[in-house]
Amino acid sequence: MLSAIGVSKRYNAVQALDGVSLDLRAGEVVALVGDNGAGKSTLVKVISGVVTPDEGRIEQDGHPVRVNDPLDAQRIGVSTVHQDLALCENLDVIANLFLGAERHRWSVLRHIRMERTARDLLSSLDVRIRDIGVPVAMLSGGQRQSVAIARALIGEPRVVILDEPTAALGVEQTAQVLALIRRLRERGLAVLLISHNLADVRAVSDRIVVLRLGRNAGEFPTEGTAPEAVVAAITGGGSL
Amino acid sequence: MNLRDRDLGSWPVVGGLAAIAVVFGVLNEHFLSAENLTNLALQMAATGTISLGLVLVILLGEIDLSAGSVSGLCAVVMTILYVRHGWNPAAAVAVALAVAALIGALHGFMFTRLGIPSFVVTLAGLIGWQGLMLYLLGRGGTINLPFDGAVAKLSDTWLPPWAGFLLAALIVGIRTGSVLNGRRMRRAAGLPVPSGRWSALRLVGLAVALAAVAAVLSADRGVPLLLLIFAALVVAADLVLRHTTFGRHVFAVGGNAEAARRAGIHVTRIRILAFVGGSVLAAFGGILAAGRLAAVNQSSGSSDTLLMAIAAAVIGGVSLFGGRGRAYAALLGILVIQSITNGMLLLNVDSSVRYMVTAAVLAVAVAIDSLARRGQKR
Repeated sequence: MLSAIGVSKRYNAVQALDGVSLDLRAGEVVALVGDNGAGKSTLVKVISGVVTPDEGRIEQDGHPVRVNDPLDAQRIGVSTVHQDLALCENLDVIANLFLGAERHRWSVLRHIRMERTARDLLSSLDVRIRDIGVPVAMLSGGQRQSVAIARALIGEPRVVILDEPTAALGVEQTAQVLALIRRLRERGLAVLLISHNLADVRAVSDRIVVLRLGRNAGEFPTEGTAPEAVVAAITGGGSL
Repeated sequence: MNLRDRDLGSWPVVGGLAAIAVVFGVLNEHFLSAENLTNLALQMAATGTISLGLVLVILLGEIDLSAGSVSGLCAVVMTILYVRHGWNPAAAVAVALAVAALIGALHGFMFTRLGIPSFVVTLAGLIGWQGLMLYLLGRGGTINLPFDGAVAKLSDTWLPPWAGFLLAALIVGIRTGSVLNGRRMRRAAGLPVPSGRWSALRLVGLAVALAAVAAVLSADRGVPLLLLIFAALVVAADLVLRHTTFGRHVFAVGGNAEAARRAGIHVTRIRILAFVGGSVLAAFGGILAAGRLAAVNQSSGSSDTLLMAIAAAVIGGVSLFGGRGRAYAALLGILVIQSITNGMLLLNVDSSVRYMVTAAVLAVAVAIDSLARRGQKR
């Protein structure tokens, strides 16, 4: 449904991306893996409109689309959850879910409508938070990550990009977030998961795309691929 | 439930107020008299209004040190237009408030666009606007307002007892209606409805409190218009902060400006608007103070006005770190500070001691704020 084709991006002397292609489909979790400096973040920035590529194009359902700024990305239904969750810790869950997209009439907030939507959304994702009226600062790391992911769904996107969603979490909370990612897939969303943790990647993804030194270095169906093959692609060991 | 688990809200302040009332009430029989409590209400309105403006700015995690000077300057602008040039008082007030809005916009612009810390911008304002005020006052240094003029009348207008009680009943009625309506709407939307007993208890508490205020004030000269103006501003500010997108965005920017920016909130606009609002409220407070004194002079808005206003906001529970607090903090905080000041004056305590006690109260308030904040961080 969303494809990046032949994307290149150069930062002065550094060729961050060199003809990279990526294909995202509805109801599929694609894991984007690679070593530091492999170009994962740059590719994510291109898709989410933060940087403009030097070459290459983005296509949606086979038609080229312009993604020159984050608003463009929002318009074509791409929603990104950044690693630093960008929540307002002093505000409650509802306020965070609707941050910058508050439902209002003549600038008067529609508290009840927002709370209804928030509760429906959270329960459909099976996110359990005892009191959604408390400041987000009082929630656990996993709950905060869940709120951040749920917030990405408020604009009804078709593609959700998750940047290292489990990096700061413990075992149980990681399991919560992975379960949440599976529910995103069940909703028919295309999910792009950036992760360093191959165990998480294997647990939740359908397809693994490996970047190395700014180039595509392999693509594997998660099922039936040995972890060693993925590691070899990441490190370049396969070509030895 | 300890300090770390919960936002204590207004309870420490209310407790402090009760303690102040008991202590001064025991030490001096006049403290709790109707006459003195009426004076207290008059004394707190002007600085309280300035404090309300500061709440807006402090909620963003910024500070406005120029509030005192702006209040003095705008009071002088209003007085010059009104007394020297014979303008209609309402027009003079409007122009003074417009001047304040421009000043706030200038501060906001220098802070947001030029990237100067708000502390420094408004410190310059503190000195500069006071200088302009002294320049405008010229050699004379004092301009009297006519005692029977509209501005002085602001602090010498009293509601007859029936009107005071009627107003209290009206407020309770409106509040009850809005609580019932809120419960009906929540039920209609299938949302959990808070315990009816608790809501009812709060409404009864409000009714008792308002009736007590009306009764006490009516025992003296009546409910002062000045208090009504201040209270109305506090309620209006509270509604704006809690129920509008602007208010929500103020809290968001105060909590995490970067997150707010990424969520598409116009951070610069929110900041400039908050500085404008803060300055306009400061100017209005200055005008109320001028009306009460029936004059402006070289010390208008100077000395401890600013510090009292900041202290009131913080004591009332607005976090200096931004993002936490309510408009009612201005009312509660100024009530604490003015009670201490008033009580100590009754006891004939030297102002040196008064300053030290006020400082101790402020230190406790800030300590509670810091502890609460540390408790929220994980």
